[in-house]
Amino acid sequence: MTATPPLKPVNTGRRPGISMEAAVQRRARLAEEMRVAKMVRRLVTPEGAAIQLKLGSASERAGAFMIDIAIQWAIVIATLLGLTFVAGALNPGSANIAFAFWLVFFFFVRNFYYIFFEIGQRAATPGKRILGLRVASRDGGRLTANSVLARNFIREIEIGLPFQFALMGGDQFGAWMALFGLLWSGVFLLFPIFNKDKMRVGDLIAGTWVIKAPKAKLMDDITSSAARPDVSSRFAFTTAQTEAYGIHELHVLEDVLRQSTPEIKAQVATRIRAKISWVRTEGETDLVFLEAYYAALRRRLEQRMLLGERKTDKFDVR
Amino acid sequence: MTDLLKSYRFREERQGDWKRLDLILTKAENGGVKNLTDEQMLALPRLYRQAVSSLSVARSISLDQNVINYLESLCTRAYFFVYGARTTLGERMMQFLRRDWPAAVSQSVWTTLLAAFFFFGGWALAFFLCLQDMEWFWTFHGQNFFDGRNPDATVEYLRSTIYTDEGTTGDGELTAFSSFLFNNNAQIALFAFALGFAFGIPTAWLLVYNGVMIGSLYAVFWEKGLGYEFTGWLMIHGVTELFAIVLAGAAGFVIGGAVAFPGGRTRLASARAAGQKAATMAMGCVIMLIIAALLEGFGRQLINSDTVRYAVAGSTLALWLVYFYAPRKAPDA
Repeated sequence: MTATPPLKPVNTGRRPGISMEAAVQRRARLAEEMRVAKMVRRLVTPEGAAIQLKLGSASERAGAFMIDIAIQWAIVIATLLGLTFVAGALNPGSANIAFAFWLVFFFFVRNFYYIFFEIGQRAATPGKRILGLRVASRDGGRLTANSVLARNFIREIEIGLPFQFALMGGDQFGAWMALFGLLWSGVFLLFPIFNKDKMRVGDLIAGTWVIKAPKAKLMDDITSSAARPDVSSRFAFTTAQTEAYGIHELHVLEDVLRQSTPEIKAQVATRIRAKISWVRTEGETDLVFLEAYYAALRRRLEQRMLLGERKTDKFDVR
Repeated sequence: MTDLLKSYRFREERQGDWKRLDLILTKAENGGVKNLTDEQMLALPRLYRQAVSSLSVARSISLDQNVINYLESLCTRAYFFVYGARTTLGERMMQFLRRDWPAAVSQSVWTTLLAAFFFFGGWALAFFLCLQDMEWFWTFHGQNFFDGRNPDATVEYLRSTIYTDEGTTGDGELTAFSSFLFNNNAQIALFAFALGFAFGIPTAWLLVYNGVMIGSLYAVFWEKGLGYEFTGWLMIHGVTELFAIVLAGAAGFVIGGAVAFPGGRTRLASARAAGQKAATMAMGCVIMLIIAALLEGFGRQLINSDTVRYAVAGSTLALWLVYFYAPRKAPDA
């Protein structure tokens, strides 16, 4: 939604009814849709059906990583505290053994935390799972254990290397070396931002990418309540009234009906009534009106879609 | 009820099956395949195919966003489950040990030799430079390195570092020391692998650097006439440890070579194929370093006879070579 308004006026010659402001908004919306579409990859299953995979954005990936780092530190610190407690209770000589154990444990948490979770059925670390992400093979095949190993061992240069350079200090020469090293290793760290598939270096080497796989819930169809005889007989919309909007507006209306507050629903109902010049009948609530109009609009648009006409939005007059 | 929308009727007829599939998937994701009954396992492929075909129909007839999003997510989950790997962790480990690891190593003989060249080149360079002029040792190490194992130390002191006297060190200390060394070496090995991505140049530097460190130390002992004893001290675990470091470097070169010279393939495809092989080698290095740490922490401190040390070193070398390079039967496909 951050698309900048265009500098020159939009060519509105073909559609005389469109206002300047509306045209700008529409262009911004289409630009946003294009941006979202760029993150979608098509996967054709062996059955020949296409599934659309949405790539995880760089910020989501970073968020998942932060959560995982926090969990790793929690594990390591908790173990250290636990071992200190146990070793303190035993004789002093066991402190060394406890420390040795902890050191090896630290190495495995640092390097195998990600591998352990990504090798599993869900192919996601807890951080990724919270944000609805998962690792997948780029060619659509199965995610092999070797890929998981490769993508996680590479993390050493993406995170470890910049971190080491950042901590490196010393005299003037050393500081310059550290700065140079930081810039060099920063290329690996920021790699996902600079390629269209949002791959880390590890993803590139392993042939994987990270996609969004959120769990969606199947909700009731809105048209089911509008189909009751007492409702459908009350709302008889004319063809002109159901031609007032397009698919985009239908989807916005669906979102409004599914998740917004009664105040917003009232506002939307008022605007739709004005647009289609609908006179409010007695005892008609905003919700019932919106549901009935949604059903009528969807019926009309779906009919046209079956004939091969997708009316994308209200400006699409065909 | 003729007044219902086509898309709504379409959904009404099929949503029972979608929900069944959803339930099976949720169950499988939470507890693995074991949780599913035979009936559910049999139903899964049919339900999956039905959901996929529902999705393509829904895209062309329905404008209900929620239904499309739901089917999109359901099909993605089902796809990954149906076509996902079904092996258990144990099976994967066995396959790794029996086939993948030795295969990856034996396919990379040339990069292994290259890595060995850099490592032992650094070793030889430092060794001969130090033998000519011990000042070089200080150039390589700076002060206070290896708790006094430097050219100024006496023969007696150096000899004492090679052998363990009865009762001077507790068991705990040995464990701590070997786990510290393992940590350090394993991190270096993974580092050498990952740095391969930068065309292998930092990997070569890392190998030479580690070679120089050991080579110069070797020169100190050699000059004092302790070459034979020191070799035994170093090689009892060093055969395994240095082999692992060289293999980690080789893994780095495999990646670096694939990224720099992709040959007939695209750079991405080439990096991918190499990455799988190299990661297998790097994982193997971690295992080798665990074994090396055990040999170092316990074997070396408890075995004080040169002959036994040499015997252990020789037999581990033979074992590794046979394991990696001995021709084996092709897997039954």
